[in-house]
Amino acid sequence: MITLLLIFFPLLAAFLVLLTKGEQAKKIALLASVVEFAISIYALCNFNADATTQFGFNAPWVASLGISFHVGIDGISMLMVLLTTFLVPVIILSSFKTNYKNPGLFYALVLSMQMALIGVFVSLDGFLFYVFWELALIPIYFICLLWGGENRAKITFKFFVYTLAGSLFMLAGLIYLYQQTEQGNSSFDIDALYQAGRNMTPTQQGFIFWAMFIAFAIKMPIFPFHTWQPDTYTVAPTQGTMLLSGIMLKMGTYGVIRWLIVLVPQGVQNWSGVAITLSVIGIVYASCIAIVQKDFKRLIAYSSIAHVGLIAAGIFAFNAQGMQGALIQMLSHGVNVVGMFFIVDLIQSRTNTREISALGGIRNVNPQFAVLFLIILLGSVALPLTNGFVGEFLLLNGLFQYNPYMTAFAGLSVILGAVYMLRSYQSIMLGETNAITASFTSLETSEKAVLIIICAAVILFGVYPKPLLDIAAPAVNQLLGS
Amino acid sequence: MNALILLSLLGVFSLLAEIFSFKKLLYPVVLLGLAATFGVTVCDWGTTQTYYNMIRVDDFSISFSLVILFVAFLWFIMAKDYLNDEEHKTSYHSLVLFALVGALCMVSYTNMTMLFLGIEILSIPMYILAGSNKNDLSSNEAAFKYLIMGAFSTGFLLFGITMIYGATGSFDLAEIAMIVKAHPENISNIFYVGILLMLVAMAFKVSAVPFHFWAPDVYQGAPTPVTAFMATIVKTAAFAAFLKLFYSAFADVNTTWMTIVWAIAAITLLIGNITAVQQTSVKRMLAYSSIAHAGYMLMALLAQDEYSKGSILFYTLAYSVGSIATFTIVGIVISKKGKDEVESFNGLAESNPLLAVVMTIAILSLAGIPPTAGFFAKYYIFTSAFFAGNIGLVIIAIIASLIGVYYYFRIIIAMFFKGSNDAAIHVQPIQKVLLVLIAITIIALGLFPDFIVRLGFVS
Repeated sequence: MITLLLIFFPLLAAFLVLLTKGEQAKKIALLASVVEFAISIYALCNFNADATTQFGFNAPWVASLGISFHVGIDGISMLMVLLTTFLVPVIILSSFKTNYKNPGLFYALVLSMQMALIGVFVSLDGFLFYVFWELALIPIYFICLLWGGENRAKITFKFFVYTLAGSLFMLAGLIYLYQQTEQGNSSFDIDALYQAGRNMTPTQQGFIFWAMFIAFAIKMPIFPFHTWQPDTYTVAPTQGTMLLSGIMLKMGTYGVIRWLIVLVPQGVQNWSGVAITLSVIGIVYASCIAIVQKDFKRLIAYSSIAHVGLIAAGIFAFNAQGMQGALIQMLSHGVNVVGMFFIVDLIQSRTNTREISALGGIRNVNPQFAVLFLIILLGSVALPLTNGFVGEFLLLNGLFQYNPYMTAFAGLSVILGAVYMLRSYQSIMLGETNAITASFTSLETSEKAVLIIICAAVILFGVYPKPLLDIAAPAVNQLLGS
Repeated sequence: MNALILLSLLGVFSLLAEIFSFKKLLYPVVLLGLAATFGVTVCDWGTTQTYYNMIRVDDFSISFSLVILFVAFLWFIMAKDYLNDEEHKTSYHSLVLFALVGALCMVSYTNMTMLFLGIEILSIPMYILAGSNKNDLSSNEAAFKYLIMGAFSTGFLLFGITMIYGATGSFDLAEIAMIVKAHPENISNIFYVGILLMLVAMAFKVSAVPFHFWAPDVYQGAPTPVTAFMATIVKTAAFAAFLKLFYSAFADVNTTWMTIVWAIAAITLLIGNITAVQQTSVKRMLAYSSIAHAGYMLMALLAQDEYSKGSILFYTLAYSVGSIATFTIVGIVISKKGKDEVESFNGLAESNPLLAVVMTIAILSLAGIPPTAGFFAKYYIFTSAFFAGNIGLVIIAIIASLIGVYYYFRIIIAMFFKGSNDAAIHVQPIQKVLLVLIAITIIALGLFPDFIVRLGFVS
């Protein structure tokens, strides 16, 4: 039942928020998301870290077609749910200084997006998974369309069509699998689909692999399916970008873990080389492009492609280190990227520019901001003792076991990441204060709170990541064993 | 049969209203009568009655009749202003009711004579109604075009029926099927020519490519409520008739017509969607989208298993409900702005949020995005096509759906993104109720489709 509560509480809150006006909407939304976080913590306390699926709920939905409302939480889902419930309050809090027009609708969309995201992470029925997957797209589309920046109609539309195209191929793949389940008793249940997937010939599995992989690759995004991403991230309002990069991107990586590598093992085995190659190309390519970016938000967008490429490569390497690393990195990337986009927002709201070269010397004006920025930045370049390091190290380790040469290329991401991140820090924060940055005002309480929460997470899970690893370890082992 | 009698009586009653001048009561009485007809039809569920080998009331006909009556009820609320025209009130009411009688005949016939009668009873009122905006040139054009093209296709239909009669000596669907089954080697080529001619006539009625050329002009020229009637009820009835004809009489020779229907479905999907992209008039765009939707339903026609009826039933319902909403809103916007260009929708989210939200839900449904009815309908069609092995067609349909998103979203973008300085648009309370009801229906059908799906399985 607690799973149902986790899914539907945000929806309920969304309706409530929709009815409120102005300042109140923010507060109620924040309160609701904190309550949701508390519920997930409660779930965590009652969660046994073993390989089983817990808090399950299974009821027929479209019984005549073998579709059921089947949800449940295992270690992997637990981490994803926690990430979502942790980030949404942070994201809402980060918007406290921004005055969006029509705030009731804005926060209602954010909360309904949360519902869909949690639904994706706990679904154990192919059809249900697809419905939540698509459902997540609608709120974010409207968030970007209504509150986005310049030229948003065109860019958000491209984003919508891109992801919808991927999803429709996934739907075709799922229906095909459904058709292969037991005759006369076809079912979308995850176990039935796993069974059907395994019984298929390698060629069939290959087709399913591609149908599903394209959907996930577009969502993450992996090179060459990434072209929607930099524009969309840049044009979306800050909170929209945070939702996209912090959580929605993880739908893709989660999808690969839950709905691809176990679903069609033979297909994955045949094609994982291609998938890893694409991921590694994406890492190097996106890092190189990030280096030459002039717009700081766009730079972060490209860095996100590089990071997610490494996560995907680690998953497809299909060993314990890679998988664990991917999970940890999904969490830390979620936290760090939200922090980075918040910093972009802070800078932009104070200086009206995101141009790296136009800024400089902010540290002289606001040293406090400089420290917090530095911590998040170090987390995202994966310095030891930050959360980024744990994940990245495990990922590279996992990939090394798969192929050392690939790892050499993928490892470039660490170096190149340091190049573009530290360089931009240098030109934004250090040096002489100029006319634009001279008036960089001190941080408001809510802004400080967001940065401190994120910095705390960066350091805490960098120093002591064991609890997170423990939650997922049994589930990961089972995944790899099956 | 009770439903047919009731509806006919209601039609006659509308005519009498003119003579005995109780016009004021007419509209509520007709609404009540429709509700009663719906109730009577529900009571028939589970029974099978045959009348003179002409009409058979069974679960198939009842399920489609219910869809038609439900949509008709929504349509009557939508078209309140149009129907309650001072001068023509009674004639409009009776024409629409007789058209509904025709639609019910088309879903319950067992004899080709009855099919022909049903199509004619439905079509003739539509020819008149399409031209009911007498002073408008395009309305006249629509009526004339519809009449000429409709008469032409009826010619094909009759010619086809004659040929089939020539080959088998019967008008009865079951008998034809029996003859074909018993002597597959003795079927003369005339029979196949007959099938082809009837296929052309039916393709015309459902506006499938390449027999669709009448649709855009007629949809655009006819008064908006009449367009809505054509897009929903006429299409539902035509598809039910199409399904019944090809699944009972011609089921055993399906190899001959399946390839043709496959090709028609594929080009209908592509041409309907691609042409819709280029339209600037919303009514015209919806006409092409309606053509495209016929393509999806044709996919289900090829399925030939228990999924086929259910998926067409669900699709017609989902599509009709969504279309009633879009046409209602298009009608309101046209009456305020005077034009049906996409630009007329600019800033609707500000001038009337309710219209914008319901329009968005309806459009998402037509585009097939969860959690709306349209998504499940599309999913169901894809599944039935998959089970029939038409994977190629599914891929074409996926591409077509993506193109569909392009033109549907133009309206959403116009409503929410583009600003305009127009004053707030006011809507009558009854229209508000209708739109909210439709929005709820669309979401409810998308979230809980099981009931309708099982209805389709039984029939």
